[in-house]
Amino acid sequence: MSAALLDVHVRRKRFATTQGQRDVLRDLQLRIREGEIVSLVGASGCGKSTLLRIVAGLDREGDGTVRLDGQPVMGPTRAIRFVFQEPRLFPWLTVARNVAFDLGGPRIDTARVDALLAEVGLEGLGDRLPKQLSGGQAQRVAIARGLFVQPRLLLLDEPFSAVDAFTRLKLQELLLRVARSHGITVLLVTHDIDEAVHLSDRVLVLEADPGRIAAEIPIHTPHPRDRDHIDSAVSIAEVRQALHSAHAF
Amino acid sequence: MASLERIESGAAPAAAPAARRRAWPRGALGLVLPACVLALAEFAVRAGWVPAHLLPPPSEILRTLGDLAERGLATHVLASTLRVAAGFAIGASLALAFGAAVGLNRRVRDLLDPSFQALRAIPSLAWVPLLLLWLGIDEASKLTLIAIGAFFPVYMGVASGFRDVDRKLIEVAEMAGLAGAALVRRVLLPAALPAVLTGLRNGLSLAWMFMVAAELIAATKGLGYLLTDGRETGRADIVLAAILLLALLGKLSDTGMAALERRWLAWRDTLDTRA
Repeated sequence: MSAALLDVHVRRKRFATTQGQRDVLRDLQLRIREGEIVSLVGASGCGKSTLLRIVAGLDREGDGTVRLDGQPVMGPTRAIRFVFQEPRLFPWLTVARNVAFDLGGPRIDTARVDALLAEVGLEGLGDRLPKQLSGGQAQRVAIARGLFVQPRLLLLDEPFSAVDAFTRLKLQELLLRVARSHGITVLLVTHDIDEAVHLSDRVLVLEADPGRIAAEIPIHTPHPRDRDHIDSAVSIAEVRQALHSAHAF
Repeated sequence: MASLERIESGAAPAAAPAARRRAWPRGALGLVLPACVLALAEFAVRAGWVPAHLLPPPSEILRTLGDLAERGLATHVLASTLRVAAGFAIGASLALAFGAAVGLNRRVRDLLDPSFQALRAIPSLAWVPLLLLWLGIDEASKLTLIAIGAFFPVYMGVASGFRDVDRKLIEVAEMAGLAGAALVRRVLLPAALPAVLTGLRNGLSLAWMFMVAAELIAATKGLGYLLTDGRETGRADIVLAAILLLALLGKLSDTGMAALERRWLAWRDTLDTRA
């Protein structure tokens, strides 16, 4: 196993609830190699999103360590970008300025923005305002924004759950394409087992109360993958059984 | 506001012709009701339904305005407008500062907001005796009263505007490493802008109201003075002329603010700005 790009060890992460403290995550260890695409699946409330926020440096109140390339992650860093469930575009900025947001400044690198927009299939839409975009287009802009500062690791939290089924398929192919062309490592939280199996090199199944990794299912099917191939069906069944054993449903 | 220059103004090119097509009949439509009321008033007096000394017909009010214009109406209008401008500038600036502090910082809010809410509950006229005692009957007391009037709507708009900024957008900014002044300038201020502008607009209209209150009490010029003068000399035409001017000036400044809103907030996805 080559050296891990991302090394996460959450000893304990608790949330205050009405019934007192609850352990959301406990003794969770996660390693991701450079260039890998890894999916996290599990029941609602098992701590998937919390784990993602800890990795992003957005949640620092817990007992654990996150290391990227051996360096501890103490807070938000340009090496890690986050694509949220909703596009979360700034409505007062044009598409181009949203893509270039992370670098700030009054002047934006137009050539780079245009190239990224073309890559996510939004050529020539840089001057639009977010309100003029469809849900799928807006999420494409969010992906372009995530790529803009050339991060090592892209985190996605159920990024395609709010779009229709056809758009979802297209966005999945887009993610595979840009992850490969930019050499980005991807950690994806999803509810969609098909999506996890189609995109990932590994699917991690989280169990709840407290959240920890219950199973790890490697997907060896070579790319480009055929969703209807028997291998995919076998992997999907495997993930579903693992989720069942983890009491996800 | 230099910080606003990055906000995209102007609607989409495709939306502009449609807006222009709509704007004309809508503006004209708003004139129908005042025109009918004026025509009815004119007719009612001429037909002898209403005595002319109580309700002077619009034609006479127009003549009065003409007379007043020759006897320094412009001075009165200018005096009132300057008072509103100065009082609003003072009140709105203070409100922007305090509102931002209260909206951005929970501890400042806990410290200041209860007191401001209590002060807000004081009726405007209750301030008058105190201001007269403290500041006399000169400009200072008038400007202070107008500033008080403008302060609270702006304060409320700014504080709630900052407080209600979508946490999800702030998270995106945090991921980008924004904090402090950069966070305020690039995310919080633009996001709060709709509420801030609404507050400014309400503050401006209250500034006009408080100006009249201030001028009714003691003034030697201004529209409020014209109102008192008209009442004391039994000239309903002067009173109505002053009221008409107040309506026009208030509407004019509000239209200006509304135009500013449309320009700065074209990015909003609302019923009003839909493409």
